[in-house]
Amino acid sequence: MTVTDSQTSHGILGTRTLRKEDPKLLSGEAKFTDDLVIPGALYMALLRSNVAHAKIVSIDTEAAKEAPGVVAVYTYDDLKDDWAGPMPCAWPVTPDMKNPNHFPLANGKVNYVGDGIAVVLANSKEQAIDALELISVEYDEIDPVLEIEDSAKDERVIHQDLGTNASFKWDLIPNKDGVDEAFAKAAFTVSERYIQQRIVPAAMEPRSIVVVPAPFGGDFTIYNTTQIPHILKIMLALTVGISESKIRVIAPSVGGGFGSKLDVYAEDVLTLALARKLRKPIRWTEERTENALATIHGRGQVQYIELAADASGKVTAVRVNILADMGAYLQLITPGIPLLGAFLYHGVYDVPNYSFSCTGYFTNKTPTDAYRGAGRPEATFAIERAMDALAHKMGISPIEIRRRNFIKKEQFPYSSAAGLVFDSGDYETNLDKAVGLLGIEEILAEKQRRIDSGSTKLLGLGMSFFVEMCGLAPSRVLASLNYGAGGWEAATVRILPTSKVQVVTGSAPHGQGHETAWAMIVADRLGIDINDIEVLHSDTAIAPHGLDTYGSRSLSVGGSAVHMATEKVLEKARSIAAHQLEVSEADLDYASGMFTVKGSPDKAFPLAGAAFEAFTAHNLPDGMEPNLEASVTWDPPNFTFPYGSHFAVVEIDTETGKVDLLRYLAVDDCGNRVNPLIIEGQVHGGLAQGIAQALFEEAAYDDRGNLITSTLADYLVPSAAEFPFFELDHTITPSPTNPLGVKGIGEAGAIASPPAIINAVVDALNHLGIEDVEMPASPQRVWRAINGAKKG
Amino acid sequence: MFPSSFDYVRASSVSEAISILNNEEDAKLIAGGHSLLPLMKLRLANPSKLVDIGRISDLSYIEDRGDHVAIGALTRHHAIENSQVIKASVPMLSHVASLVGDPSVRHRGTLGGSVSHGDGASDLPAAILALDATLVITSGNGVREVEAKNFFKGFLETDLNQGEILTEIKVPKATGGWSYQKFNRRAQDWAIVGVAAVRNGSTKISLVNMASMPIRAEAVENALSGGASIDEAAALASEGIDPPSDLNASADYRRHLASVLVRRALAEANSN
Repeated sequence: MTVTDSQTSHGILGTRTLRKEDPKLLSGEAKFTDDLVIPGALYMALLRSNVAHAKIVSIDTEAAKEAPGVVAVYTYDDLKDDWAGPMPCAWPVTPDMKNPNHFPLANGKVNYVGDGIAVVLANSKEQAIDALELISVEYDEIDPVLEIEDSAKDERVIHQDLGTNASFKWDLIPNKDGVDEAFAKAAFTVSERYIQQRIVPAAMEPRSIVVVPAPFGGDFTIYNTTQIPHILKIMLALTVGISESKIRVIAPSVGGGFGSKLDVYAEDVLTLALARKLRKPIRWTEERTENALATIHGRGQVQYIELAADASGKVTAVRVNILADMGAYLQLITPGIPLLGAFLYHGVYDVPNYSFSCTGYFTNKTPTDAYRGAGRPEATFAIERAMDALAHKMGISPIEIRRRNFIKKEQFPYSSAAGLVFDSGDYETNLDKAVGLLGIEEILAEKQRRIDSGSTKLLGLGMSFFVEMCGLAPSRVLASLNYGAGGWEAATVRILPTSKVQVVTGSAPHGQGHETAWAMIVADRLGIDINDIEVLHSDTAIAPHGLDTYGSRSLSVGGSAVHMATEKVLEKARSIAAHQLEVSEADLDYASGMFTVKGSPDKAFPLAGAAFEAFTAHNLPDGMEPNLEASVTWDPPNFTFPYGSHFAVVEIDTETGKVDLLRYLAVDDCGNRVNPLIIEGQVHGGLAQGIAQALFEEAAYDDRGNLITSTLADYLVPSAAEFPFFELDHTITPSPTNPLGVKGIGEAGAIASPPAIINAVVDALNHLGIEDVEMPASPQRVWRAINGAKKG
Repeated sequence: MFPSSFDYVRASSVSEAISILNNEEDAKLIAGGHSLLPLMKLRLANPSKLVDIGRISDLSYIEDRGDHVAIGALTRHHAIENSQVIKASVPMLSHVASLVGDPSVRHRGTLGGSVSHGDGASDLPAAILALDATLVITSGNGVREVEAKNFFKGFLETDLNQGEILTEIKVPKATGGWSYQKFNRRAQDWAIVGVAAVRNGSTKISLVNMASMPIRAEAVENALSGGASIDEAAALASEGIDPPSDLNASADYRRHLASVLVRRALAEANSN
């Protein structure tokens, strides 16, 4: 597009603008799905399996049917004709991927604790849940398959008809001979095994659904706390067998998702199918323990990573093998999660030879799927831990090994051996800034003092340097990975007759602050007050086109679409203004809501006037359509590649094993910065979740497959009291991939922090001979490592 | 999560509460609710009736009675945390109250409720055990007193009988050295292991989450009386004790923690 203005920015981007969303969230005015008052709704409750693996011998629902307030009780046999197909998996990563039968209720067999067996509908939530206790199920128990490596042995096959516990094997081995040769010639090699424990996403708002059928006409309005109203609409239309045009999905205020609401669940299908069956509103809100059991888990991998390096420490090859825990079934994108990391196991390093293999295995546990970072935290952890191992082996510092291997500034755009093109970066400058802020000499001196004095409080310094591919994603690239949708985003910008602006976005925010950031993008271009701009989203009737919010994609894809639509609207307004002023468009400048004639600034026509002219259509240029509105659907040409240096300083009490995080420094580069306040909030939240994985959280099972961390008393989501004040800074390397030059920040903290923390823990204990501590580095685990090292 | 259905009645006096308890076997008292309600939500407790004594205002007080402080059973943790009388006379109790749960728990929970619940993982029962408190129990038959060390009987089991209400906790003044060591992973959690040490004449030590109920570390106390050093005494922290195992701590790790924390507690109690 031709930019003819003297001023294209009004200085709004990059300012610490307070979030427009917050007053209604803080005052309680915002409505979440469970807050909605729907007269006449029936409340759904699910009886869930309390055994991990069993054939169902019988289900007796008679007593429950007679319970007070109960309207209906159904099992699989009652409902098997009420849906059109199995639960959807949209990412068949290989043509021969094995996908087990998976329906909203168990068909004769349960495969994890939490698997749905029967559904109760009652006049109140309490009545529905009380009635669950009256359903009796007779199980014929089978020994569960719980560990990934046990599953791989196929000694017991969970889904007998598949013949194996392996769902798929996916390889990215562009140059096997090169990898083999690099290892054969290597001066140094490291071979590491890491565990990515399962994580409960634990969004503050649990899942919640209300389906309201229209009394006549067969339409359904679905209120659902989802990250993906658009994808959910399509999937429910196909799965339940209802015309897509009869379904409207609205995501009211959504209290966090972290990937766990990027899914289609049994309850989504059941509420819609039952609303159709009974012609009544059906509602369901998850309980906290159900959230732990029956909403997806994140992570769940055993990782093998090997590095080959020459005598100078230059890494010549990376070879990776991943065993990924699918859980009992494939959810919406379960098998694709390892693929989102598959290209990034060489991290920020210029590595010529690359080999990645991954196998997905079923276990008798909750299905896994996307969780903040999805695949990329796992990749970053493996390479950043392995780089420390290499540095240790060579006797050089973790900083030095990274400097020797960085992709250099002049190599961008950088074509990786794995097949990506990294958009832009200047890793050295970013690391220099972090090292300068850290005061590294003092930390290392104090660390040594403590060792020398025999202190029981040891210090450790750990770092990670992360990169992620985000801004998901170029549709053609997704096609090459067999993903079942595209990666574009849609936006409409309309200037109303009274000059107020509506922005319609296909992104679906659930805490990210799009109402503020999108308004800033428009305000920055048009030079108007952000309070005159309203952002409409998360309702498929209002924003019919969209691919929703996940994978740090919203700003770089959806925000770019908003920016482009704003530009288009402005060009139309310019035509109207030129027509009114009887000058050519090229003669007009635009600033702060006013077109002026170049050289004659007293000849002017306001944007508001153009909006009103477009509405009345009394005097528009010949052939111009009325109304001031423009839409753009944008498909990005590439991913974006944010990066950053993260450093952690920990203190370990060697007598108890407790790890205290003393400092955390993050210097992120997410390209151009739209709203630093929102960026910092995203980094804080990401760090909290990543540090939680490193030190606190683990979905732990007993040997019968019971989740023993099914409440927030047992599952240790940390609070602010467990964190130091985060030290944040940044560098700015704009992305050439999109017009805003932005890269994405939502997942950065969760990706970078686990290896930084564990590297710090290992650094503190390294002189004792300790080379690894599994996550979470709990006091007991650290104490055992120290104790084991003492015994030698 | 929510409880099974139950009846609810609010008592306006201790005697009214007692008469309701005497007439209904499955009735339970509720004050702050922070011990009982979680059990009810998990449906591990299913009382037929809750007798709410939370608004009996004359059971909420803190009084200096010369050699001891008398605390009404319905005094909330927050009040104990901030009481000048307790800070001056039983400073450990104020400190321990400040470590219970989080601010919302401390504004609802009551000392009498926590002690009556008798959870071995709770802070305050162990604190009053180390402080040699006396518990005042009221029933239809009048008032009786029980020493704290005879009050805790087993897992969530105390000396209270149906129809009895703990109405007052009498805590001897203890302004000598003291320490409370709470080891946990998150600030708001129960202790994985906790140790209370009070020097008041002899040294008393109680342990948190080392048994099914709050207990005294008698081996440590006896060793100290016999002239043992801190290190020698601390090594006996779990002597004769069979601690629980859970995700956060196996029994052997708990024994180790108990020794470390007893040693730290004794060292701190000796230095203040």
